[in-house]
Amino acid sequence: MTDMMHIFEMLQPTSLDEAVALLDKHGKDGWVIAGGKDSLDWFKDRVKKPEYLIDISGVKELYGIQDKGDHIAIGPMVTLTDLSQNKLVRDLFPVLADAAGRVASPQIRNVGTIGGNICQDTRCAYYRDGFPCYRAGGNTCYANTPTAMNREHTLFEAKRCVAVTPSDTAPALSVLDAQMVIARDGKLRTVGVDDFFVGPEIDIERMTAVERDKGDLLVQIKIPKTWAGSRQYFEKVADRQVWDFALVNVAMAAKVGADGSIEAMQIACGAVQCTPRRLKDVESLVVGEKANADLEKLVERVAARGAKPLNYNQFKAPLMSQLAKRAVRSLSA
Amino acid sequence: MSYKIIGKDLTPPDIEAKVTGKARYAEDFRADGMVFVKVLSSPMPHAKVTGVELSKAKQVPGFVGVLTADELKQPKDAGHAILSNTPAFVGQPILAIAAETEQAAAEAVELVDVSLEPLPFVVDPLESLKPDGPDALDGGNVANRRGVKFQKIKWSGKDFALAGDDSLPKGEAPIDWSWGDLDAKFKESDLVLEETFVSSANAHHALEPRSAAAYWENGKLHLWGSTQSSSFAVPSLAKYVGIEPKDVVMVSEFCGGGFGGKGYAYPVMAIPAFMSKKLGGRPVMMRMSRAEEFYNGSARAGFQGWVKVGFGKNGRIKAIDAFVVQDNGPTAGFWDFQNFGDASSIVFQPEAMRYRGIPVLTNTPPKGPQRGPGENQTANIMEPIMNKAARKLGIDPLDLRLANSPGDGGKNAIVGAKQSPVTSAYLKEALEQGAKAFGYAEKKKNSGKRNGSKIRAVGIGQAYHSAGAAGFDGLVRITPDGVLHIHTGVGNLGTYSYMDTARVAAEVLGYNWDHCVIERGGTKANMPWNLGQFGSNTSFTMTRTNFAAGTACKNLLLEIGAQSMGGSPDDYELKDEMVVAKSGGGSMSFADAAKRAIELGGKFSGAELDEELNPMTKASAKALAGTGLVAAAKDKLPKKGTVPGLAAAFIEIDLDVETGRVEILDYLGIPDVGTVLHPKGLAAQVRGAAVMGFGLAALERIVYDPEYGRPQIRGLYQAKPPSWLDVPSAMKSVYVEGAIDPQNPVGAKGVGEPIQGAASSAYLAAITEALDGHTFNRVPVVADMIINHVNGLSQSHKPLQVNCQ
Repeated sequence: MTDMMHIFEMLQPTSLDEAVALLDKHGKDGWVIAGGKDSLDWFKDRVKKPEYLIDISGVKELYGIQDKGDHIAIGPMVTLTDLSQNKLVRDLFPVLADAAGRVASPQIRNVGTIGGNICQDTRCAYYRDGFPCYRAGGNTCYANTPTAMNREHTLFEAKRCVAVTPSDTAPALSVLDAQMVIARDGKLRTVGVDDFFVGPEIDIERMTAVERDKGDLLVQIKIPKTWAGSRQYFEKVADRQVWDFALVNVAMAAKVGADGSIEAMQIACGAVQCTPRRLKDVESLVVGEKANADLEKLVERVAARGAKPLNYNQFKAPLMSQLAKRAVRSLSA
Repeated sequence: MSYKIIGKDLTPPDIEAKVTGKARYAEDFRADGMVFVKVLSSPMPHAKVTGVELSKAKQVPGFVGVLTADELKQPKDAGHAILSNTPAFVGQPILAIAAETEQAAAEAVELVDVSLEPLPFVVDPLESLKPDGPDALDGGNVANRRGVKFQKIKWSGKDFALAGDDSLPKGEAPIDWSWGDLDAKFKESDLVLEETFVSSANAHHALEPRSAAAYWENGKLHLWGSTQSSSFAVPSLAKYVGIEPKDVVMVSEFCGGGFGGKGYAYPVMAIPAFMSKKLGGRPVMMRMSRAEEFYNGSARAGFQGWVKVGFGKNGRIKAIDAFVVQDNGPTAGFWDFQNFGDASSIVFQPEAMRYRGIPVLTNTPPKGPQRGPGENQTANIMEPIMNKAARKLGIDPLDLRLANSPGDGGKNAIVGAKQSPVTSAYLKEALEQGAKAFGYAEKKKNSGKRNGSKIRAVGIGQAYHSAGAAGFDGLVRITPDGVLHIHTGVGNLGTYSYMDTARVAAEVLGYNWDHCVIERGGTKANMPWNLGQFGSNTSFTMTRTNFAAGTACKNLLLEIGAQSMGGSPDDYELKDEMVVAKSGGGSMSFADAAKRAIELGGKFSGAELDEELNPMTKASAKALAGTGLVAAAKDKLPKKGTVPGLAAAFIEIDLDVETGRVEILDYLGIPDVGTVLHPKGLAAQVRGAAVMGFGLAALERIVYDPEYGRPQIRGLYQAKPPSWLDVPSAMKSVYVEGAIDPQNPVGAKGVGEPIQGAASSAYLAAITEALDGHTFNRVPVVADMIINHVNGLSQSHKPLQVNCQ
């Protein structure tokens, strides 16, 4: 509440090796800071108080967007502004560029990074307020009680915790089959996007495969060209048009044949569960179909099937259906 | 009337500092030896401090001192404590710690071991009114600073049972007035609408938090503070600190937003003053965080209410019966709820009316006036109901409003419980001229039409605020270099009304504006006693004081002319900054007249003053005495009736039924301001108020967890005031042509508040139009409410639930 950060030691590695070594050394007491848009709130609220801050902004290996032939490689320190304006990304993966361009505000996108956007913690108001919930190591979910205020919370996969992914780029990466490269202890491992985002049933205290207390560092995001040049769509609905998290967002990539029939589609929504939610029913429904009003009706019918609203978020189910419908509608143009 | 300075676009003298970043706000000041204060705030909505252990805090390197509630006088009843051992809202300061650095102060605050005993709390006023409902304060649950003493009122089980869950229970109300034959008027109505409603509380969220710094020297308190009023803040600060106003030296040159929340001094402003006193006068800086500003920065009162409106078939309103339960916060709050009666009576001019209201204490952040306190809530509830009625009656929404709104200067118009007269009213003309400028008739043809997923709709809003007072002082001075110094105690809220009212003195004297200096920014500027810069009052009230001072100065100049050049004052006139003999020949520059005034002394130099002047004005004039021709005057111009600030607004929207998004396509605001003092300033007011109004209508949120009483909306990203992309890039601003307020010497009155309520209510009326006459009877209307409605789902909130949008 005092808006004063605790005292910490700031470490500024200038190479990847140095950064990984520092993370290995400090483990639980260390904290990686990139753009700082998530970290600094935690510190100023004095809810999280790591002893060592490892500032990776000086690690040049973590920057850049490169065409690697069968995939493009994105450094996690690439800012959201740069990502949204990058020609390669815009040409091949407009869904990702558009998603990056809808995050927060221009000022935040100038500082916030793609790595930070996908690694950021949830925005559950109870968790952020310092309530000792499951995610914070306690034994209650305060956001899912008979009286809890949970307009922004989950429709699906509530496993003790009902917090949602706040990321706009995560659903885009999900439909593009992105892969994340993570360094630990001098070794690299590659994790597919479906395994990168972690729900509470796997680990309730983190949201991604990056395990901070084990010294993990996200070093690269690879996007295979499988969906390059496909028809893509991103839309975000939030209370405000800028500086806001999604109430629901949708990302889609689809391959459409010459006759207008949909050959393949991947579609995902954010802000409806802890991880980006692939709409598998929609994906299987649309194959072989042409986008038209009849198909839109069917999409609307199945997109949010299985949703289990909480006290205040039932609107998310129709909103999700409408966004899926609008994504499919974009193919009829 | 043709004016030389009034009505011209002048550049406010402080604008360069603002746009270049050179302006220094309260937290920018530093002094040698300054220490920093942080407060320990209550984590609970209502609690009793049972123990405070400071040993660990005192060991923090740099710890300097602590100030506790025990050291300060505690207010009675629903008073607002500076520090409290029985905090009544989350975020209420319990104690303060000073340290060499801000970091150390925060560390020490974190190491205070405070024991709290939770006390019963309530965040929903209706819960407190239940027979066994909790009281927000020990001993009472009802109070208000205007007309309602601290007391306990509980409604009966029958009151609640009769109402059911979906409509407002109506028990005992401390405010209850009526006129006309209500029953008869409802009986003769062709349409009667009865609606239960909720208007959410709304935090002020001033961009500049209420930081303050203080030190003591020679028995005087020196304070840098953030206040929207300059002279008006001095006595209230003195009262908090327990000293005489003359012992306050205050710097209040810039203010980063107030919206009514910084109209006078506030309790936390006194913390650095007390801490500094305890530390022997050492300078103390207290910077408030964004979250602390939310807790301590005031909020608009929430309403739970009910209204019954009877219409004739031509749309004429026969009767209004209204009942408002106000979320008063834990202190005496503000009288928003009473303004529901005033606002609905003047805007709709019903033939009969009853108003009942009760202000209920809650354990939520203290409530204070926010731009159009009560009147804008009224507009937001009533205007969509007008659209619903227009549909049912089969008449145009504009025609329905024209059938009721006061116009023609306000002849026969009434306001409030006593059906008081008004000084001027041109709301009907605002609707007529606004409709024309907006192209209403053309736009209306497309209203209600669907294109893809979007429905186009047009909305009209109207609002009111009492906008004028009398009896304050003006003070001007001509120095021997011939320059006119216009002293003002109007603050620097951002409206530039300090300049726009000061110019009247220059106008009276025929000055060129570049020979004028505005003396402002705190007590060192030798301020006259002015009303606070709030309540849309400045334009009306302080044009009068500057007219009075300018006229007094003019008379002194004419006397000096007569004394120096012979004859009587009537033989002279003012021309080109000279006192000139009407018959030609003799003349004397204002500069020479000022020198002569110093020689003459007495009433000419400020040595002798009108006894009726406020002590602050007298002290200021005496401090200036002998430096030139000093003219101080009290506004004794006649004033009869209420000065109604009135405004209308027109909006065109697209509502997307798939996403719930409302896009504003066009907007026009048209205030009834009488004479326009500053065209650019007025246009900025109209546009700024519209942006704030759209936030009030549909974006800004307040959410509390009812189980823990903790607010979930503390930061700006959670509260969601509108961004540039939420409003149209161009918004039109016009004003009622031909309107003059006859009780103001230059025909002016203010409009800062109603132009917000007109915008917000137009927005909400447009949503009702888009949704086929549906009224949510709830503000704000956020996206999820629209989505639920469009999809035939019930709303997630109960009809009277609060703190959930």
